[in-house]
Amino acid sequence: MSTKPKIQNRKYSLTSQRVNQISPSGIRRFFDLLASMEGVISLGVGEPDFTTPWHIREAAIYSLEKGYTMYTSNLGMPELRQELSRYLKNNYNLDYDLDSELLITVGVSEGLDLTMRAILNPGDEVIMPDPCYVSYSPCCILAGGIPIMVPTNQENNFEISPTDIEARVTSKTRAILIGYPANPTGAVISRKKLTQIAEVARRHQLLVISDEIYAKLVYGVEHTCFATLPEMKENTIFLGGFSKAYAMTGWRIGYAAANREIISAMTKIHQYTIMSAPTMGQVAAIEALKSGEDSAAEMVEDYNRRRLVIVKGLNNIGLPCFEPKGAFYAFPSISSTGMTSEEFAERLLIEEKVAVVPGTAFGQYGEGYVRCCYATSLADIEEALSRMKRFVARHRAV
Amino acid sequence: MINDILKILENDARTTTKQISTMTGTPSADVTKLIKQAENDKTILKYKTVINWEKVGEEQVWALIEVKVTPQRDVGFDSIAKRIYRFSQARTVYLVSGTYDLLVLIVGKTMHEVANFVSQKLAPIEGIQGTVTHFMLKRYKEDGEILEGKEEVKRQPVIL
Repeated sequence: MSTKPKIQNRKYSLTSQRVNQISPSGIRRFFDLLASMEGVISLGVGEPDFTTPWHIREAAIYSLEKGYTMYTSNLGMPELRQELSRYLKNNYNLDYDLDSELLITVGVSEGLDLTMRAILNPGDEVIMPDPCYVSYSPCCILAGGIPIMVPTNQENNFEISPTDIEARVTSKTRAILIGYPANPTGAVISRKKLTQIAEVARRHQLLVISDEIYAKLVYGVEHTCFATLPEMKENTIFLGGFSKAYAMTGWRIGYAAANREIISAMTKIHQYTIMSAPTMGQVAAIEALKSGEDSAAEMVEDYNRRRLVIVKGLNNIGLPCFEPKGAFYAFPSISSTGMTSEEFAERLLIEEKVAVVPGTAFGQYGEGYVRCCYATSLADIEEALSRMKRFVARHRAV
Repeated sequence: MINDILKILENDARTTTKQISTMTGTPSADVTKLIKQAENDKTILKYKTVINWEKVGEEQVWALIEVKVTPQRDVGFDSIAKRIYRFSQARTVYLVSGTYDLLVLIVGKTMHEVANFVSQKLAPIEGIQGTVTHFMLKRYKEDGEILEGKEEVKRQPVIL
């Protein structure tokens, strides 16, 4: 599949050293294979299976009819920032000034990129968990930073340990990046651990980047917003968005909340590279904030049922899985099969037509695990489980 | 807990006790007991299926009848509602606010049969002032399900 351009004895690489530092996704081959197959049940997605609730879509359609087709303010529509500021106040009792401390971004993805570019000097280090979301490390590298990984594992519920963070702090450390509830593990982190991380940040004067895109998708536990911890609001870049909770992944709307100096720096980059987040998406986000609570709560209830089914199912078929209390992922251990994550994913796909994502796509400490997304129909989850059961029984290491 | 179980069953009555037990984190025996209880006290009235009869060429005539009623002393609308709902042809009977009082859904085999029912059985009931019959032309959505032309959205098979 791969087509290598034929370049004759070029003196320099066509692409920058910086971008060359980022390794391409190691599982490209797996994606290509998947694309060529039919009848596959995919537990490999990273988005809700719901379409955006109709009242939100309808608001966006109406905005087009009214002619909302132009750029908005760089920061985002004032009405959206107004609603967002109200939302953060009501949910977390956080006061962010809507004209200087909030920025509407193209998803959390842009928010993360802007953050890294706004705060890092060349060679600055950012401490983050491994495994973690695929873009954390590349965004850091592209901004000239150095990602410092902290291994996490099933035994400690994939919570990053404050002691492990502190052990990696150097004179070059600039920030700690955390993302809970987590993709790919579905882990949440306790308030106690977060408080300890806050202490580490305070002791060493570090910024904390907190990706809370899955904040609303928690089951039986309460989500702690990092910026609400004592003294942390000033030092936290709080990233959130609409994609997961309101099933709005394709709209590309997120936000960053932080102190005015950082937001102003991020806005500089944003205004020169993006201008403003998509207008139609911003209108949809206003509607989501105004009246999306019920639809969001209904979806969470639904995910929770499937979560219980998949976790129990995976444990029953010999793929031990800690209980993920957030997001919509289960992250079972596949060590009983004696295969590597990639091998497992590839053979499962070929032999049983079930797609899961190898844990190694999310970092080297994802080895031995696969990510199974349960944002898919209950019937598909059950069918996938029964296919996986056959597969595991066949390959159980002796 | 029973509310969670009922929501699951309302959406899919074929969900097994074992599945419900997993989905709600409740022991199977408790689920069985709670369902039995709900059946006994008529919280669960019955288990049914939503069918698109057109697919198998079965002709059905559905009519929504607005019924205007003179309420009676002591019993209000209830006794007339009862006289109507005893007919098996009356699939659904609601008391509603607005310009009429009772809304009755009649399902029959032919238009003639439904018309006969309205003129012979329904309209003559004492206390009924008048009826307006709306024959249903097309069912678009039934019990939350779109009957035809529901768009399936394709997702990318893998998204990190």
